[in-house]
Amino acid sequence: MEFGLSEDQKLLQESIRGTLERVSPLERVRKIAEAREAEAPEIRQALVELGVPGMLVPEAQGGMGMTLLDAALVAEMLGRFVAPTPFIGTAVMAPIAIAGAGSKSQQEAWLPKLASGDIVAGVAVSEKASGARDGAGIAASGGKLSGKALFALDAANADVIIAADKAGGLYLVKGDAKGLTKVRLTSIDLTRTLTELRFDNVEAEALSSGDVKATLDRMIDAGRVTLAADTLGAGAMMIEKAVAYASERKQFGRVIGSFQAVKHMCAEMASELEPCRSLIWYAAHAFDAIPDEARLMAAHAKGMTGEVGRFVARTATEVHGGMGFTDLMGLHYWFKRIGLDRQLLGSPERVRHEAAAMQGWVAAD
Amino acid sequence: MDLAYGPEYEAFRAEVRDFIAKNKDKAPRRFGVARPSEESCAWQQLLIEHGYAARTIPKEYGGYGAEPDILKSRIIAEEFTAAKLPMGLANQGISMLVPTLLELGTEEQKKKWIAPTLRGEVIWCQGYSEPGSGSDLASLQTKATEDGDDFIINGQKIWTSTAHAADMIFCLVRTEPDKPKHEGISYLIFSMKTPGIEVRPLTTMTGHAEFNEVFFTDVRVPQKDIVAGRGQGWFVANATLKHERGMLGDPNQAGTRLKEIIDLMHEETIDGTRLIDHPVYRDRLVQLQSRVLAMQFHGLRLLTAASKKEDPGIARLIVKLQGCEINHQLAALAIDVLGEIGVLYGDSPHLRAHGSWQHRYMFDLGLIIGGGTAQIQKNIISERGLGMPREPKPAKA
Repeated sequence: MEFGLSEDQKLLQESIRGTLERVSPLERVRKIAEAREAEAPEIRQALVELGVPGMLVPEAQGGMGMTLLDAALVAEMLGRFVAPTPFIGTAVMAPIAIAGAGSKSQQEAWLPKLASGDIVAGVAVSEKASGARDGAGIAASGGKLSGKALFALDAANADVIIAADKAGGLYLVKGDAKGLTKVRLTSIDLTRTLTELRFDNVEAEALSSGDVKATLDRMIDAGRVTLAADTLGAGAMMIEKAVAYASERKQFGRVIGSFQAVKHMCAEMASELEPCRSLIWYAAHAFDAIPDEARLMAAHAKGMTGEVGRFVARTATEVHGGMGFTDLMGLHYWFKRIGLDRQLLGSPERVRHEAAAMQGWVAAD
Repeated sequence: MDLAYGPEYEAFRAEVRDFIAKNKDKAPRRFGVARPSEESCAWQQLLIEHGYAARTIPKEYGGYGAEPDILKSRIIAEEFTAAKLPMGLANQGISMLVPTLLELGTEEQKKKWIAPTLRGEVIWCQGYSEPGSGSDLASLQTKATEDGDDFIINGQKIWTSTAHAADMIFCLVRTEPDKPKHEGISYLIFSMKTPGIEVRPLTTMTGHAEFNEVFFTDVRVPQKDIVAGRGQGWFVANATLKHERGMLGDPNQAGTRLKEIIDLMHEETIDGTRLIDHPVYRDRLVQLQSRVLAMQFHGLRLLTAASKKEDPGIARLIVKLQGCEINHQLAALAIDVLGEIGVLYGDSPHLRAHGSWQHRYMFDLGLIIGGGTAQIQKNIISERGLGMPREPKPAKA
């Protein structure tokens, strides 16, 4: 019985941490965010060199065939450094979609390029994971897609898009396909892109091998667990920053970290966030090894971390006082990263409702 | 990550199951809170003989003498819980005094006290807190004044849960009043039958007397029954408190409670609609389920760290705070699910589960306060876990 990280996993996380410390310092994040670029090429390049885009691609297709727990450890570091780079769509959900529902030839065509980092894949499944807003939804007819998908992940500069239609079918669309329009959505978080995709009779390949519904579920589960991990990393960093600030900032002749009111805020943040780590590890492990529990645990991890993330983000900001509210400290990048994670692929309320339904607690409509 | 225990441990699990299948009829229905029945003592003896209680305590002191193996301990706990059987006795003598004596007692003290304590023949109470010394335990004032080979004890203790039934007390007393507060305390053990001791029940908000107050008036006890020497009491007590906090906030207890609430919400109805079908109550249930699961997995993480002799750091420090809070919130949900029925108590008509949800809701608030209040826990988490500065000492008046 061993519930914890292996030596390899600890090394993986340390190497990602070391790399991001170097390539994703706050000054760089700020520059990318202020330029509204949301993706830093050299951060992407550094992650490509470490094999990150191919973590979940099977070895047979040039990837590393790693586990979701490994991907969650990377996501945690990306959140920690608010790294402006695509990951959850292109490196987590897309490989699962193509490996799960792609034909042999589709796998051969796309997975090696994803693994090598030659291409980026966007993922448009928000309507299935969060529900449709503003009339969104894609209809497939005769191999062509029409309609719109909101909140597509990593899609802004994607070479290929994985999209779910209203019926839950999965489709692969080329990024430059005729009739596809990408509309940039501006969110609070300037470290990741969100895109509206408009489809006007766009040519698409169906990903229709095996149990497509199950593959779509697995994409969403994996996305939820890695979003939770992103929040875990961002939240842990916010706590560290709050503790460091409280240990330096003086008022009334003493460091504010010696006031119990401030200390207790920090203790509460840590004691709420640390169990999320245990839950995320378990949810990731369930995805890898305990399929019967994977859906439920992903929902729990996403829901609880979303709630705790919000608490940590606001509390850590409050510990910083007025400075936390300014742009000068840049603390808001973490606040906003956590804010976006919470809403994507199912809000806490939504995933809890799903968790109840999975356990037979919601009467069928 | 490997949640399988492996063949050696599964073989051990099979042994435990076999024992349970053969012996479950001998188990007492409940141990009782203070003095165990004869049936309970017989069960305890059977468990010790098979290594399911007092497992790692050396044979010479009346234990089973196994090498510490935290996974085997967990398997025993899992199997007994699954079979809804009581584990071995878990009174303060066993959970706190025995580990303290093993760590710090003299050979004579170990030989004399550990075996009868394990058998349930000697019942102990803990004399730590005083009316004026709660969170600031080291300020305690119960005096032990030297008189020949004896101490004469005067003072008062509070929150002594089993004092009314106890044979013995392990007690913190001030033996060196001139020394700084942490250095003037000694850890003394003596008989509760000693003249001059008065025990008064302390009724709490639950309506039950779960605790006592103990008054000492010129109580004469031998000096030789100090553990670890004069002035060492604070150090000894901290060794003991570590054992107590480990027991509070057990996530598996919360798991059992969560199951009870899930059942309750399937059984109870308002206007004919089951509570599980009410989205607001159901959402609260799922939120608590997340937290209970998280703490159960957290427990696995701590177990793994312990089995590798790693320090899990802050992950360990949060358990009491989180665990007690979750238990309290579980009881709160059960009460809310029951609506007006939820406030019924005592022997009222329409009462559910003998009023246990209200009792737990109130008693759990006591546990949030006891064993180091939530606020003291937050001090510990921030100072020891996060490295934040301590509260500056107030200037001397």
